[in-house]
Amino acid sequence: MTFEETVARLQEKFGDAVEGADERDAGRPGLLLGVYVRPEAVVDVCRYLHDTPELAFEQLSCITGTDFQDHIQLAYVMMSYAHREVMAVKVKLDRDEPSVHTVEGIWATANWHEREVYDLLGVYFEGHSDLRRLLMPDDWVGHPLRKDYKEEPDYHGIPTTRDKALGKY
Amino acid sequence: MDSTQSKQSVSDDLMILNMGPQHPSTHGVIRFIITGDGEVMQRAVPHVGYLHRGIEKLAEGMPYPSFVPFTDRVDYLAAMFANHGYALAVERLLGLEVPRRAEYLRVIVSELNRIASHLIGVGAMAMDIGAFTPFLHGIREREKLNDIIEELCGARLTYNYVRVGGVAFDIPAGLDRKILSFLDTFEPLMEEFNRLITVNEILVKRCANVAIIDAETAKSYGLVGPNLRGSGVDWDLRRDLPYSAYPEFDFKVCVGRGVRGTLGDAYDRFVVRVEEMMESVKILRQALAGIPEGDIMAKVPRKLKPPKGEAYAAVESARGELGYHVISDGKDKPYRVKIRAGSFTATSIIEHASKGLMIADLVVLIASLDVIAPEIDR
Amino acid sequence: MVEEVGSPQVVEAGFEGAPGQGGVVWGKVNYLLNLPRKHSLWYLLFATACCGIEMMQTGGPRTDLDRFGMVFRASPRQADLMLVAGTITYKMAERVKLLYDQMAEPKYVIAMGSCASCGGLFQKSYSVLKGVDLIVPVDLYLPGCPPRPEALADAMMKIQNIIMSENWHRKMTTRTEPRPQLGKGGIVKRA
Repeated sequence: MTFEETVARLQEKFGDAVEGADERDAGRPGLLLGVYVRPEAVVDVCRYLHDTPELAFEQLSCITGTDFQDHIQLAYVMMSYAHREVMAVKVKLDRDEPSVHTVEGIWATANWHEREVYDLLGVYFEGHSDLRRLLMPDDWVGHPLRKDYKEEPDYHGIPTTRDKALGKY
Repeated sequence: MDSTQSKQSVSDDLMILNMGPQHPSTHGVIRFIITGDGEVMQRAVPHVGYLHRGIEKLAEGMPYPSFVPFTDRVDYLAAMFANHGYALAVERLLGLEVPRRAEYLRVIVSELNRIASHLIGVGAMAMDIGAFTPFLHGIREREKLNDIIEELCGARLTYNYVRVGGVAFDIPAGLDRKILSFLDTFEPLMEEFNRLITVNEILVKRCANVAIIDAETAKSYGLVGPNLRGSGVDWDLRRDLPYSAYPEFDFKVCVGRGVRGTLGDAYDRFVVRVEEMMESVKILRQALAGIPEGDIMAKVPRKLKPPKGEAYAAVESARGELGYHVISDGKDKPYRVKIRAGSFTATSIIEHASKGLMIADLVVLIASLDVIAPEIDR
Repeated sequence: MVEEVGSPQVVEAGFEGAPGQGGVVWGKVNYLLNLPRKHSLWYLLFATACCGIEMMQTGGPRTDLDRFGMVFRASPRQADLMLVAGTITYKMAERVKLLYDQMAEPKYVIAMGSCASCGGLFQKSYSVLKGVDLIVPVDLYLPGCPPRPEALADAMMKIQNIIMSENWHRKMTTRTEPRPQLGKGGIVKRA
């Protein structure tokens, strides 16, 4: 099934939870095409894409969180083994209190991907079994991948900048 | 304390053991908190992040071509794949076409890197079981490969060779003969390796029926590469979502068969890696025989400014799908680069697959998944 | 037969005798006591990132470190030399300091590669320690990204020269760092 047919199927099934879709670009055939959905409908749309045999998106490749200055976008990039397709489901979240339900029940790999998005961007996933920091130390302050992140001057007494390149020389 | 009380405390208490981050058996700095009853584990929880260097954030502050050396450090055992994935993603954003000679060169260095990475992978697995010599065999062969690649691009480990639009240097005269003579000595060496190690009874007893991962669990946890194929799922990005010059070559995709023991155990993943090395030799011979003349780099402007859009490009690296999700907003620096690596999802399955294993088997599980710390942490 | 070690002005040690008949080895006490330390320098197997692979290749068949008497040990109590190979992050820094404290005296540290010397190419990163000499005292800085095995072997030989030039008695009787104690971990900032 091509991307346009998939979008038409989703619009037919979910109505106005589907907000729009990317346009195909003739000069750049390799772009990633995504369909925009409302945050409340993410779990239902993903479950439909996973369970329907004609779509069968059984692999969740990654969840890319991006901080566009007025909202945070999550892109669920997924692949289908049976039909050899790649597409994305994109969600726009409010920047100050970003929150969406977890898709851990559909793909078990979402557990770690969502922990990473929580760690680096501060998005809260409702219903997640174990939401805590993954990559940064547990007592780190701030979410590094946000565009307005400021580094602390030191961490546990270690300075975070190096004034002289050659140390004591 | 009377005897009934002491019996109760011995059977109820579980021991919490810390393994790592500095430990001779972990593949990089990964830490495990093991809850167990003596040698048998109830659960082994991985703690990662000890090598998190913020590579994705660094990408937002530099022009597109400058990011290629950082991709080397994401997977340092097989850096050509990492370079290739990023170059592919940016080329899709630009709508650029790469010359055929450059595509063939990319395939040649990729398959050389696959052999180099699998040599360390199977050697380290044998070393973790307790056999020290196979690792040295692997290192010796890898030295010869390092020499070949050093003659091509000047570096042994972090290459910065596959750039956006093509490759950096052309093959110098005589190097294709050197690669062919290496392949001629490599095949008998692999037969000796197979006789000594792959069918060795001790290795089979340590690896067969250990850490079985069935196909549904593997797909749900997002395993890729030899880990996924070792569980019986027939999926290889070179054949199924083809890129570069792979459609022109004839090769077999190696899938686990449950050779000794059950399908999806550690021995299957080991055998898949060994067989993949032989398939890489086949691809290399075909590529060297058919390499066309032409340019090695497309006409790329000095300042790359892809129009707005998002691209996701995945290459089949030695550890599975290495994907780059690059978001551009029209300027000369990327807005967001997200790297999806096979070792990240492979580490997440360790907690699930380690129930009921012994601690020595945990080492076999980690080695059979061939995890590497910078891919997990980036 | 007379053999002497050192320059003609300063003779460190020598051997006088005949083949098959035995002889006398004589030398300065400092030289004779530093010599076995130099020829059995055991290094801690501590590899974080890409420099770790070059460390493994240096221990491999081509540039063999075993011929210098150097073998890798997994436990810090059995090691003399800590090769900090790879990028150190803030999360890992406390463990590096703990490993250094756990090593027994006399001990040496080589900062291998650019990342351990000064932070390397991750200068603008938010989570990388800009040089391991901010937490442990370093004896030798080895530049390179990663350094070649020949460069690492050269660095080990320079550490051997440092050992030979030390005053044995002073080295054995001074203790530079405190022993680790229960509950008192943590980093001491170095100037």
